[in-house]
Parts: sequence; C-alpha cells; structure tokens
Amino acid sequence: MKIIKGKDLVYEYIKFTDEGEAEAKVRAVDGVEIEAEPGDFIAILGHNGSGKSTLAKHLNAILTPTEGTLYVDGKDTRDENSLWQIRQTAGMVFQNPDNQIIGTVVDEDVAFGPENMGVPVEELWKRVEKSLRAVGMWEYRSHSPNKLSGGQKQRIAIAGIVAMQPKCIVLDEPTAMLDPVGRREVIRTVMELNRTQHVTVILITHYMEEAILADRVMVMDSGKVILQGTPREVFSKVEFMREHRLDVPQVTQLAWELKRAGLDLPDGILTTEELADALDAIRGGE
Amino acid sequence: MSIQIEHLQYVYGAGTVFEKQALRDISLTIPDGQFVGIIGHTGSGKSTLVQHLNGLLRASSGDILVDGESIYQEGYSMKKLRSSVGLVFQYPEYQLFETDVFTDVCFGPKNLGLPKEEIEARARQAMNAVGLDESYDKVSPFELSGGQKRRAAIAGILAMKPKVLILDEPTAGLDPKGRDDILDMLADLHRESGITILLVSHSMEDVAKYVDRIIVMSKGSVLYDDRPAGVFAHWQELEKVGLAAPQVTYIMHELETRGWPAARDVTTVEEAKDAILNALHRK
Amino acid sequence: MLKDITLGQYYPADSVIHKLDPRVKLVWTMLFIISLFVFGSISCYIVVTLVLIGLIRVSKVPLKFMMKGLRAIFMLMLITVIFNLFLTPGTPVVQIWKLTITKEGIRTAAFMAIRLVYLIVGSSLMTLTTTPNDLTDGMEKGLRFLKVFRVPVHEIAMMMSIALRFIPILMEETDKIMKAQMARGADFESGGLIKKAKGLVPLLVPLFVSAFRRANDLAMAMEARGYHGGEGRTKLRPLHYESRDRAAYLLMLVYIAVLILVRIAAPVERLLGIAF
Repeated sequence: MKIIKGKDLVYEYIKFTDEGEAEAKVRAVDGVEIEAEPGDFIAILGHNGSGKSTLAKHLNAILTPTEGTLYVDGKDTRDENSLWQIRQTAGMVFQNPDNQIIGTVVDEDVAFGPENMGVPVEELWKRVEKSLRAVGMWEYRSHSPNKLSGGQKQRIAIAGIVAMQPKCIVLDEPTAMLDPVGRREVIRTVMELNRTQHVTVILITHYMEEAILADRVMVMDSGKVILQGTPREVFSKVEFMREHRLDVPQVTQLAWELKRAGLDLPDGILTTEELADALDAIRGGE
Repeated sequence: MSIQIEHLQYVYGAGTVFEKQALRDISLTIPDGQFVGIIGHTGSGKSTLVQHLNGLLRASSGDILVDGESIYQEGYSMKKLRSSVGLVFQYPEYQLFETDVFTDVCFGPKNLGLPKEEIEARARQAMNAVGLDESYDKVSPFELSGGQKRRAAIAGILAMKPKVLILDEPTAGLDPKGRDDILDMLADLHRESGITILLVSHSMEDVAKYVDRIIVMSKGSVLYDDRPAGVFAHWQELEKVGLAAPQVTYIMHELETRGWPAARDVTTVEEAKDAILNALHRK
Repeated sequence: MLKDITLGQYYPADSVIHKLDPRVKLVWTMLFIISLFVFGSISCYIVVTLVLIGLIRVSKVPLKFMMKGLRAIFMLMLITVIFNLFLTPGTPVVQIWKLTITKEGIRTAAFMAIRLVYLIVGSSLMTLTTTPNDLTDGMEKGLRFLKVFRVPVHEIAMMMSIALRFIPILMEETDKIMKAQMARGADFESGGLIKKAKGLVPLLVPLFVSAFRRANDLAMAMEARGYHGGEGRTKLRPLHYESRDRAAYLLMLVYIAVLILVRIAAPVERLLGIAF
C-alpha cells in the first residue's frame, strides 16, 4: 500500500485587507498529485512561496485540502477521528530548530511526542535512548538545548519525531537556517534513517545538493508540480531549472555549458567523477 | 575609507568559567573600495570581528584605525563611526519595526540628526538601490516577502550613507533566487558607488563569483587571506575546518590528477569551461 | 542586571537536596517562608539561621551563588529598612534632626531585613537545587487538587516550562535586536525618561513580532507532535516519593515543633532579659 496518496490536491485561502474584507483567494497548492511508497526518499524543491511548505503541512494534517483527497497510510486526512493517528504516522520537522524544541532538557524534549501518545514510562526511556542514538546525540541527553549548535538542535528535533515511531518523516526546510556543517549533519542523519530503518522521507528544501540524494525529486512553482523524476532526470534540464532560477550542481552546469560549446557529453552528469570520466574519454579519442 | 586592524584580541566572559578567546591577534588592512568575503563556519569569530568594526564590541587589546584614526581614542564619536561603517546583521528583517517601509528606512538617517529633506532623499535613494520602488513606500514591512524584507533592512543601513558596508550572512535562509538577487544587488552597488563591502558568509561557492579577496577565519584567527583562487588552492585544509571550496575546484583538481594541464586559477563555472576547452584545443 | 537573579537558575551538584522530590522542596520552601513571618523572635531566628546554614551546606551550592540573588533585591531591602527604622513609633534611641530612631524601629528593621534575606536565600536554595522542569512537574502534580476548583494546573505548568525554555532565547534576541538598532544609530542610554521610553519602540516591536512568530511555530510543532492537553499524557520522569522524601517531610515537622517550643521557651530573650 502507498504510504502517501494525494490526488488533485488544492489548497485555497482567503487573503484579507487591513479592514478585514476578503481581498483575494490564493491558491497555494494547485492540483498536485503526490504518491510515496514505504521507504521512499522524495525531495520537493522550489522557491519560497512555491507552495511546497503548504503541501508539506497537509501530509500530517496540520492543513486539510480544499479540494482533492489525501490519504496517509490509508487514512483520509480530512477525517477528524484519524487525526492523531496521522500525526503519529507522518512526523514533521520544521525549519527553525529553536521554535520546535519544547523541553528544557534534551531527553525530555525527545520524550514529548511519545508522552502525548501515553507511552508507558519504561517504553518511553527505551524510545528516547533509541532515537537519540539514531541521530548521534545520546551523549547530549542531559544538556540544555540552548547550548547546542543549530545542526545539533535539528537532530534533537528529528529524534523527537523518531521517538514517535512514524512510518514517514516530513522535513520542512530543516537546513535553511543552518551552516554547511549543520546541514551535512542533518542530511546524513535523515539519509541514515531512510536507509537503515526504511522510514519514508519527504524532504522540502531549496538546496539542490540535498535534492540530489533523493530517489525522486518534485519541483514546485506557483502551487504546481512543474517537473519530477529522478535527480538525474531533473537536473539534466539545466535550462529549465535556470529559467525558474533554481540551482543545479556546478558540475552539471559545467557539463551542460561544455556540451553547448560542442563537446559530446552525456546528459545529467551529477558527480565530479562522471564528468572527469566523460572528459577523459573525449581527450583520449583525440 | 580604509580600515586597519592591528593585533586585535577579544576575550569574553573574562575571569569566569565561560572565558573564551573569540579573536586571536588579528591584523588586517581593508583598503578603500574592495569587495571582501569573510568566510568561516559558525563560531570561527567572523561575526565577532565585524561587530568590532563599528564599535558594537570593544576589543580586549589591539587597535582599529579608520582612515588612520584609532576608534578607541578618547572622544572618538561612535555615532560618526556607525554612520561611516554600516553593519547589516544576520536576519536583518527582524529589526524592522515601523508601520511602513519608507519610515523604517528613515530611522537610521533620522538618528544621525539630518534635516527632513535629506533624510527622505537618502531613504528614497537607498530603496532604489535595493530595488524597492515608490510602490513599496507605504507597505507594512511585515507584509513583504522574505527577500524583500531583507532588502528593506539593507536599505535602512544604506540610507546612513556608509563608506564601508558590512553584511553578516546576508543570504542566510533565502532561496536561490533571493540569494542571487541580494548578491547581484551588492555587486551592482559596489560597481556603481565604489563602496567598500565586507561580506560575511559560510559559503565559498556563493561569494567566489563576486569578491576580490577572501579572508578565511577559523578558531578566532585568520587562516588565509588571498585572492579566491589562492584560497581555494588550500581546499584540503579548508575541509578540515568545516569549509569547502566550490565544486569546480574539485573538478579541476580531479582533471589535474588525471594528467590534464593544471588550471589552479579557476574559481567559477565560466572559467572552468574555458580552461577545459583550451586543454582540448577547442578555442 | 537580569543575570543577577538566581531565582530560576539551576546549579548542578550531587546532593541529597538535589535528589529530593520537587514537591517536598516546594512544601518545605512554603513552610519555611511562613515560619519566617510567624515565628518572629530572636531565639526562633537563631534556630532558622542554623537550619538554613545546615541546608546550604548539605546542598553543596556555594554560598557566593546564593548571595548573588540578594543583589537584585538590595534596593527593596534598603527602602524597607529605612522606612521601618525611622517611621516606627516607640522609645527614642537616637535623634538626628527631625528623624527619630526608636528601639522598636531598630527591632522591626532588623527583623524585616533578616526576613527578606532569608526569604530570598531560602527560595534560591530551592530553585538552585531543582531543575526548572522538576519544579514545574512538582507544581503540576503537587497542586493537582486545585483541578477541583477548575484551575488549569496542567496548562499553567506547561506554560511555565515553555516560558523557562524561551526566556534565554528571547534574552539573546533582545541583545541582538538592540545591537542591530544601535548599528542604525539608535541610542538606548541617553535622554530623559520619555525619550528613553520612546527609544524602546525599535526594540520592543521587533521583539513582540518575533515572540508571536515563535509562539505560532511552537504551537504548530506541539500539535504536530500530538499534543492535546494533559489528558492521557505519560511522563518520562514521573514523580514518586522515596524514603528520603518521607524523611524530609518528617524533618519538616520536627523543624516546626522545635520552632514552637523555642517560641514558648524563648531562652535567648530570658537570658538577655528582653520582652518577647
């Protein structure tokens, strides 16, 4: 069964003027189809305001679609009775690490989710330890979150979700406020969860170097999915991506520029080795 | 306007258990009109350093000379310093507070005690420079998009007409489009007004295209201070301090180990393309 | 200035007092404060002083740390002492110009000062040895009986713990915004009261905006993690009494009993021959 199945999703909200009159209807999400198999790693790429965060908030029923249907693990997100089950199935990590940590001590924060679910004490401790170890933060269990780096805080937030034992984790720009070291820490943690524990990952981001790691990339703009496929398929459309002012890896862009200059290079080069191999082949052939 | 930093040291929490040396013996000269990138990871001291340059932090020892005059000498006007060395903080949109964008941009020049016409002329000019036209004048700053908010905040500093503009991570949290808009805007500003710009960042890739010089900071000291290509040549050492050279550096290095002619001056995709085509005699 | 307040700052150490159940410490502290006001005699204060010194020693918190909390109330104390000293009617001792210091004045002022100091030191002892989390847990569970009167005990405790988590963040943010506005030429120091108050607008508006944004984010994050009030929630560290907690309650009864006896016997007063 598909873990996520969304059809013709539309989300509209009404914008009000200062006087409180309805000004305009805004379509933040406009006819999106989204599907994920258990264990998938999907990246949703797009600018601020492209609707990617709005879509993400649908996946754990913080928002419900205006039109269309969304099923998470077979449960309709509009059904109030499955609300808590959906939130447990699809955990969510947000952008600002400070604003999602509730506990004043690391382990207590990680326990917050399971505590809400009424997990018994003994099991709570097991889960806290397991999830803190999974994100590599077990040594920090008795620290105050305030003293940690951005990347560490974000890993605590992830542990807090992992402790709820979700089948799917939705991360809404988890690295936007981090430095490169923090970004790498967080992405490595997410990859690890996906690979070893087969947690479905939906990663919302505007960093292409993160999207490259996914099994599938969806590019969003103005509420619509404008391109999707494997990272290789998506990033080989260098011109399309640049038109929408999205980044492609420097190596992909270089390969594309060289190709335009007349070199016989394959499409969708993503790594330094691939480019070097292809260039070697050309040079050897001359 | 030149800035000279001499043996700057900064220790915070002196005498307590939290004592930490944030800056160690920093000496630098920033000549007039340069576009400089200051790169380092979180905690490297880069933000601490720039806060010294407009007097928000006071050095434990050492000196800062602005146009040859020590900012630590008796009677040196901090107001004058803050108007000539403008500092845009990280996430500057969080400092917006007025009811409309124009009034907010006026805040800086108003604090300088200028006449009303001058204040408004400067505010208008600053908003133009960041690409916010008259239609934004009466808009609440809280209704702007992330990138626009940030530009409005930068205009707030520009309106003080600084001769040196320092920006602490001006692209943090922005999407690629917002990031490019800000960096292109700064490049235009530098080209047109000749203003000295210090760009603090943790991304080599972002600044490589724009700056004349890169200062790499690590653990409170200056690790490298060179042209971008000169700095990227140390890519292995950069990785050790949590930084990375742009991807093209890695490509050119990989090609060099495979017997291609060395092209160590390459810092951008454009230059890499030319170097590769040259090596293949396609040019 | 704000940093001087030791209330709400935890001092980690390995002591019996640190390990006590927060409810015990809460009840002890409340009773201790009441005892300061009920048993106002020299003999009783000697007992209170000895107990307090003993508790501080056992807690392993350096005295210096306790005293820091006093700095914040120094002015309050000074005013109280001066008022009591000069405005209490009774037998005059010293006369300076139009002001008279009476015997009763000295007595009241001294008692007042001691009460205030002990009150702060006593409550600091609790906050320094109890993590804010334990404290809120203690309040939530210890005050659960108030639910009968429709007091939202769980919600109050949750709000307190969130406040504790966000106070340092907002303090740091205040510092940042202040610096950013100073870089724009704002002046937070000079000028009269009105100018100073007006000067705070560029600081307070961004601070409120940020606090609301954070509150909004946090509410969403809590909801996403399945928070739906205190109903059916479990606790990572549920509170339950150990034998040391029972011993502490017993000691508390002994403390009260001793104070009552001392109040009646009044050995010091008898010795010095003063009225009690």
